[in-house]
Amino acid sequence: MRKHNAKVLRSVRLDIGQLSAIVPESLSFCFEVMTSGTELEGAKLIMEIIPLRGTCRDCGREFEIKEYAFECPHCSSPHIDTIAGQELSIVEMEVD
Amino acid sequence: MKVSVVKNILEANDRIAQENRAIFDENDLLVFNLMSSPGAGKTSLLENTIDALKEDLKIGVIEGDIQSSQDAERIAEKGIPAVQINTGGACHLDGNMIRDTFKEFDFDALDLLVVENVGNLVCPAEFKVGEDFKAMILSVTEGEDKPAKYPLMFHESKVLLINKIDLLPYVDCSVEKIKKEALKINPEMTIFEISCKTGEGLDAWYNWLREEVKTRGSARKQ
Repeated sequence: MRKHNAKVLRSVRLDIGQLSAIVPESLSFCFEVMTSGTELEGAKLIMEIIPLRGTCRDCGREFEIKEYAFECPHCSSPHIDTIAGQELSIVEMEVD
Repeated sequence: MKVSVVKNILEANDRIAQENRAIFDENDLLVFNLMSSPGAGKTSLLENTIDALKEDLKIGVIEGDIQSSQDAERIAEKGIPAVQINTGGACHLDGNMIRDTFKEFDFDALDLLVVENVGNLVCPAEFKVGEDFKAMILSVTEGEDKPAKYPLMFHESKVLLINKIDLLPYVDCSVEKIKKEALKINPEMTIFEISCKTGEGLDAWYNWLREEVKTRGSARKQ
């Protein structure tokens, strides 16, 4: 905020992978508790849940991993590289 | 005004874990991070493993607990270096805590370092400490539904030890179901069925671990 000469934090956007050990409701609650009474009070925490996706090392196709089954839905290969769904990142902040 | 950030929140920990890893590599040290719920048998597995392997391998242990040094004392009784970390409330170990123990060890004199994490099936799986791999224990008294309930830990672990199989006659738990569910989440997982009480199945684990130490060491020297 200092870098952008901002006074007010409007919102923070997070990417949260489906497989990360994050409970969005708890994080939201903590964020509210931590910011209340500070200059960040009122800022919104926006969380986007990123679904699990993988690519198959055998047939090369990309797909959504459903119900935590790490098996290629096209060729049934168990050799899957996870490419999304383990994020825990701050993506964007809106400031004034 | 929107400001793009794109910062991995765990980046600071990942960086320290990488630095730890570089130090382990320099010393040809195999490191694994042992995780499970409280009471699944992490310390018992280590006691058995140390008894079986201490003639062949020089082993060190980092014990993580919220409070008390009972585990490090149990391990130190075996005559091997053991350092206790008390997290004082935190439910997992992180890279920084592990780094703080380095001054207590002579890594050059060790082949294998085991990090026994705080008993918890959730957060330890998110925090790298610089390990070569993660290992987890699930005891049959915890139930066969655990892979489905705690997918991250099963996904991140290279090896699963199903412990307390001596109690199978007394509990409603199917080892086959655990294996099937765990392999669904992590098809490349190596699984051992063991009892730290009777010793059943432990030889296969010891042999696997010996081989891991051997192959990692030689891979690094190339």
